[in-house]
Amino acid sequence: MKYVDEFRRSEWALALAQRIQAEARPDRRYRLMEFCGGHTHAIARYGLTALLPGNIELIHGPGCPVCVLPIGRIDSAIALVKEHAVTLCTYGDVLRVPATKGNSLYRARAAGADIRMVYSSADALELARRKPEREVVFFGLGFETTTPPTAVALLAARGENLRNFSVYCNHVLTPPAMTHLLSDGADMLDGFIGPSHVSTVIGAAPYRPVAARYHRPIVITGFEPIDVLQAVHMLVRQINEGRAEVENQFTRAVTEQGNLRAQACVAQTLQLRDPFEWRGLGMVPASALAIRPEFAAWDAERRYNMRESAAADAKACMCGDILRGLKKPEDCKVFGTACTPASPMGACMVSSEGACAAHYQYGRFLRKAPKTTAGAPA
Amino acid sequence: MKRIRIDGRPLDLRNGRIDLTHGAGGRATAQLVAELFAPHFDRGENIWLRQGNDQAIMPPLNGRLAFSTDCHVVTPLFFPGGDIGTLAVNGTVNDLAMGGAKPLYLSAGFILEEGLPLADLLRVAQSMARAAAIAGVYLVAGDTKVVERGKADGLFITTAGVGVVPDGVELDGARAQPGDAVIVSGYLGDHGMAILSQREALGFDSPIESDCAALNGLVAHMLEHCPSLRLLRDPTRGGLANTLNELCQQSSAGMRIDEAALPVRPAVRAACEFFGLDPLYLANEGKLVAVCAAEDAAGLVRAMQSHPLGREATQIGEVCTDTHGFVRMTTNFGGERLLDWLHGEMLPRIC
Repeated sequence: MKYVDEFRRSEWALALAQRIQAEARPDRRYRLMEFCGGHTHAIARYGLTALLPGNIELIHGPGCPVCVLPIGRIDSAIALVKEHAVTLCTYGDVLRVPATKGNSLYRARAAGADIRMVYSSADALELARRKPEREVVFFGLGFETTTPPTAVALLAARGENLRNFSVYCNHVLTPPAMTHLLSDGADMLDGFIGPSHVSTVIGAAPYRPVAARYHRPIVITGFEPIDVLQAVHMLVRQINEGRAEVENQFTRAVTEQGNLRAQACVAQTLQLRDPFEWRGLGMVPASALAIRPEFAAWDAERRYNMRESAAADAKACMCGDILRGLKKPEDCKVFGTACTPASPMGACMVSSEGACAAHYQYGRFLRKAPKTTAGAPA
Repeated sequence: MKRIRIDGRPLDLRNGRIDLTHGAGGRATAQLVAELFAPHFDRGENIWLRQGNDQAIMPPLNGRLAFSTDCHVVTPLFFPGGDIGTLAVNGTVNDLAMGGAKPLYLSAGFILEEGLPLADLLRVAQSMARAAAIAGVYLVAGDTKVVERGKADGLFITTAGVGVVPDGVELDGARAQPGDAVIVSGYLGDHGMAILSQREALGFDSPIESDCAALNGLVAHMLEHCPSLRLLRDPTRGGLANTLNELCQQSSAGMRIDEAALPVRPAVRAACEFFGLDPLYLANEGKLVAVCAAEDAAGLVRAMQSHPLGREATQIGEVCTDTHGFVRMTTNFGGERLLDWLHGEMLPRIC
């Protein structure tokens, strides 16, 4: 497959690994956070950690859409379906996120709620068109990647005056979360493997103030294994040279300004929400989007007068610390025992992009048995 | 399945639909059986179906009896490369064949939803008859029930089947031993992707056809060439990854799989990339996994490749000692990762 296979070639990976090995200074640590769950997934799936020297540490960041969704938002969605008998449409992963009292959207569905898995906001819109007698609510969530489709659905709903459709908006923003992480503990991180798909929408420009303010390099990186290794190499060079720039490794898809049309759709329909609770990070200033008042008729929160409900995570679960990069999945007492992908306690175990699920699915034998990695330089 | 001559107007097989009378056990039920199922299942020689009693009585069997059952629910009912009927016949035939049995007789239970077009049901009956003929089995007993509209997804079929295991054949999922070779019979994930491509929500066209096929012929051929065959399993729901994990649990061993050796069609790979899915978790309906002694592997693969259903057969890895029963995969990339059970439903990634 063109543009995929080339970025998975092992001989190139090994060459890059050797270059990283040669340039990484043995007298220092390189703590690099991959912000996106997509990178976490790729790192686990391709066993990239094994290709890197021990002093380069990859820290999993909070960029997993379902992982950072606070329990209260899921509780509110369950309450909405129960109280107003609406049809709730959302992305598959969300269905499994644990809510309070062992509940989840999956369980609510089994108990009779009309909750449907869709692949895009357009499917929810189409359902509303086909079933005018049903009130259809699209549970929109995710980073800047999934925000434009929600915006387009809002524009279409207004254009068609589709009155039985609304959006429960939970979209969040990447640069404010990076700022928050650095303001909280900049000394914990030496650089960022920057978002891939998110950056195709917002471009490279929004990261520049973050890099400059905290003097940390950010390399925008594709989701393939060669992309990640190349980004690590670029970060090691920047750190060695004392630079803190925004560099773009993912040039085949990311431009400086990003997708202007997508940005315009978002700007037309959504506005800043300040602050917003992130699971694990707490309240993050100016880090989310809400629907503009002009679109109030299609805003589920206004239309159904949805309540904000606050709920704490399970006590034993370390998702919070894991999402901030303070702990690793295997540091958590319930990892792989009480908490598995089949019965997740925390959100990091739900999505394949979550740090715990990725580690459980691809790498947990590394913990149980001595390392016997084939073909990887130590 | 009773054969009764029905007087009066024949079923309108072109425009008619299933209604509740077809399930009431009266004249309409008998007519449905007599005009829609029996003519196709009979094949001019099905003397057991013709007995017309509440049971079919078969001659004594020469060997150990293998017995299996399989329920089939699929949306859509018709898909490229097959339909629910071919699945229902081949599913049970393959379950029997994986024990080394020669499948002989099947029964079929039909749950029909009120409103199901008779033309659709006829098409399914015809493809079941065709699949049975290809597999060399007879449909000897059946039952139909009708449920109200909305209580079933058009049509559910449950088949059960019996077969005979020849003396000396001892296939068992617990027999994999460290050092054994792990072999697959061909391209992985075709059925799962063919079904996914037909779901309206995904809205993509693909040339991928289901691999739905009866594997008893291939199995007989393999047994002839490789008496040391330890086990067979068809990687249906949950795909290859789940099947390998099942086998490791049963055999208390681990496996090492080589990603570069896994046969996956470029179209399936591409579609999986696009949706964030993994072909190793997609269902197959005409493929098998075989484990045999390492020294017999090359001969077995050659024998499989000489059969139409095993042309792309290849060794994909080996059994190893592992107290945790892990399936490890050496990636194309030179790393190693776990090939785990499927957890929950397979879902496309959001980001």
